[in-house]
Amino acid sequence: MAVFSSLAEKLQETFKKLKNKGKLTEKDVTEAMREIRVALLEADVSFKVVKDFIAKVKERAVGQEVLESLTPGQHVVKIVHEELTALMGSSQSKIIISPKPPTVVMLVGLQGAGKTTSGGKLAHYLKKQGRQPLLVAGDVYRPAAVKQLQVLGEQLGIPVFSLGTELSPVEIAKKSMEQAAAKGNDFVIIDTAGRLHINEELMEELKNIKTAVKPHEILLVVDAMTGQDAVNVAESFNNELGIDGVILTKLDGDTRGGAALSVKAVTGRPIKFVGMGEKLDALEPFYPDRMASRILGMGDVLTLIEKAQANFDAKKAKEMEEKMRKAEFTFEDFLDQLQQFKKMGSFQDLISMIPGIGSNKKLKDLQVDEKEFIKIEAMIQSMTPQERRHPEIINGSRKQRIASGSGTKVQDLNKLIKQFTETKKLLKQFSGSAMMKKGKKGKLPFKFPFM
Amino acid sequence: MGFLNKLKEGLTKTRQGFVEKVSGVLSFNKAIDEELFEELEETLIQADVGINTSLKLVETLRTRVKERKLKDASELKEVMKEEISKILTGDKEKNNLLLEKGKTNVILVVGVNGVGKTTTIGKLAYLLIKEKYKVLLAAGDTFRAAAIDQLVIWGQRVGVEVIRNQEGSDPGAVVFDACKAAVSRREDVLIIDTAGRLHNKTNLMEELRKVARIIRRELPEANVEVLLVLDATTGQNAISQARTFREVVDVTGICLTKLDGTAKGGVIIGIRDELKIPIKLIGIGEGMDDLRDFQADDFVKALFNEEE
Ligand SMILES: Nc1nc2c(ncn2[C@@H]2O[C@H](COP(=O)(O)OP(=O)(O)O)[C@@H](O)[C@H]2O)c(=O)[nH]1
Ligand SMILES: [Mg+2]
Repeated sequence: MAVFSSLAEKLQETFKKLKNKGKLTEKDVTEAMREIRVALLEADVSFKVVKDFIAKVKERAVGQEVLESLTPGQHVVKIVHEELTALMGSSQSKIIISPKPPTVVMLVGLQGAGKTTSGGKLAHYLKKQGRQPLLVAGDVYRPAAVKQLQVLGEQLGIPVFSLGTELSPVEIAKKSMEQAAAKGNDFVIIDTAGRLHINEELMEELKNIKTAVKPHEILLVVDAMTGQDAVNVAESFNNELGIDGVILTKLDGDTRGGAALSVKAVTGRPIKFVGMGEKLDALEPFYPDRMASRILGMGDVLTLIEKAQANFDAKKAKEMEEKMRKAEFTFEDFLDQLQQFKKMGSFQDLISMIPGIGSNKKLKDLQVDEKEFIKIEAMIQSMTPQERRHPEIINGSRKQRIASGSGTKVQDLNKLIKQFTETKKLLKQFSGSAMMKKGKKGKLPFKFPFM
Repeated sequence: MGFLNKLKEGLTKTRQGFVEKVSGVLSFNKAIDEELFEELEETLIQADVGINTSLKLVETLRTRVKERKLKDASELKEVMKEEISKILTGDKEKNNLLLEKGKTNVILVVGVNGVGKTTTIGKLAYLLIKEKYKVLLAAGDTFRAAAIDQLVIWGQRVGVEVIRNQEGSDPGAVVFDACKAAVSRREDVLIIDTAGRLHNKTNLMEELRKVARIIRRELPEANVEVLLVLDATTGQNAISQARTFREVVDVTGICLTKLDGTAKGGVIIGIRDELKIPIKLIGIGEGMDDLRDFQADDFVKALFNEEE
């Protein structure tokens, strides 16, 4: 996170310089693009891909009307984000299913990319959908690779076809098809040995497997941490073999994952799944927009602003403002607001997103305990409507009831009520219309009891 | 075949990608201009040197050009070599594996998943046996399916014994047993395999810290080398890996694997520069003979395609 936020800060700096509204000027765009370029390169997006991408976005951005709610710089990032998302395609976590079973999937890639584990995960995923996959141990080179797949199969209760390490992978693949036919497996997932894309002999072997079993899906397994070489690898595998999709692995790490963009850009093939952990259920669909934010490393600059715009019901906000001004703010409203905020994501993210506050060091370091959040919600939910609207009626026995109903202590409730009263006082002083605008320097325009 | 030639053989791909491009940029009898610096920056970035280190290198070059009043593009190559070599060499004393005969030496091998830890251990054991060390291996990856079998097969291949336990058992226990065995059998070198772990998983990193503590406690007199294995295919995340692993265990050296691919391995320049961890070994294939000592000077010479 440290890397991310420093980048976001750098961007904020750049954006501060770009204040003028109206249309995006060439200068706005060029300034912002310099940062974008650094961001993309730091994320390991291929140099060439970055170059093309920047040129394209620049062209699109100049002359665009800047959204009222954003600075010109932020607006450029918004465009970049959209373009990135579009480039990585829509969510396509689907495997082509052959009308005539079995559907044959072949996993290929460099050494250590995560093919065997992904094979296990994919089989598990299919089994959960009621399929009957057969795993095929086609890595006869790496020591104990066959055994690795067998252990996974055992853990998952999925059959593994293996013929040791003496026969060629081509033979093994062929024979596995016979077994699938005999046992009625509707999916065959072939694991292959990791190989370098420049190893002609081993690339030839993959082609032979392809010819022998005619897979419906050849999936290239790519480590999300891959650097500039990702384009060479993806291009070679695609040119030599023709791939149908990509599995991006080890995304549970802290890599920005620029390889995702590189691979998509050079092959045009969709990323179908991402690996999010070592556990066998850690295979997830690919979300291009999330990936775009991750690659840009500035989710807190843009995505959350967008989210906030989309989720924060404008009319409700207006009503709230009104109430706040009149200090009619009740626990009911408070709960409502809490839930609104929850929709927007974590509170920490939200704070960093509020204009003028995100860059405030003290507030940024402020630890908001999200468990506290849940507690407060539970307490309010345990109140009767009457109590929510008129907290002053909450006496000792009511407190007992609310506390036990919400699994909290009376002290917690006391704290909440006290802070709520204070907040209400604060709100009264505060002129409502400024609420969503910039707060006074370093001072929050409103205060939640859990802060 | 001398070391340099072997190294160069393994590095052919690297050289083709990296040096030929650099040479291509530099040797056309061109004048030194802005475009040239830009091309150079591009080449470095494409070699995974990383934008920060690349910019820094190019900046240094600009200064040198002024200082030395360089005129021709080809002269830049020498300067570039000097600079990279300076970074990679660092403190020469520490560029070799910490090994002393007649003493217990422990090599703890760590890194993220799939970088080549187990394979490197097999290769390293082979290398050390050839140098007449008595070697013992410990199967500390009790997590990944069949990781123990993988190491055992390597042990059979190179003829060394492997201390092992059940899959799923506590890695600390295997390490403890191995430390005891290393002493009682008077082994020279104990190489410990560990499960791959992403450096942002705190619980797994804590487990590693524990393993390191057990070694220190059981073998207080031993030389302990903590070898971080990095995959040359990895981009800038390698820096984050190096940084985090170093925080948890005292990383004393790096082994950079998979240099037989087209990945340029330029990331080590940035790592050496920023983190000052010496690169000690390189992996240039999957065979047991495919491990080389890393020698900064020779490495740079080989990178720039020069004879011994
Ligand atoms: N081409 C090549 N492959 C390597 C090298 N080192 C390891 N590998 C391969 O990378 C894969 C992962 O290696 P492994 O030792 O299991 O990684 P670990 O998970 O870190 O223990 C295996 O297929 C190895 O054969 C190398 O230097 N070059
Ligand atoms: Mg291993």
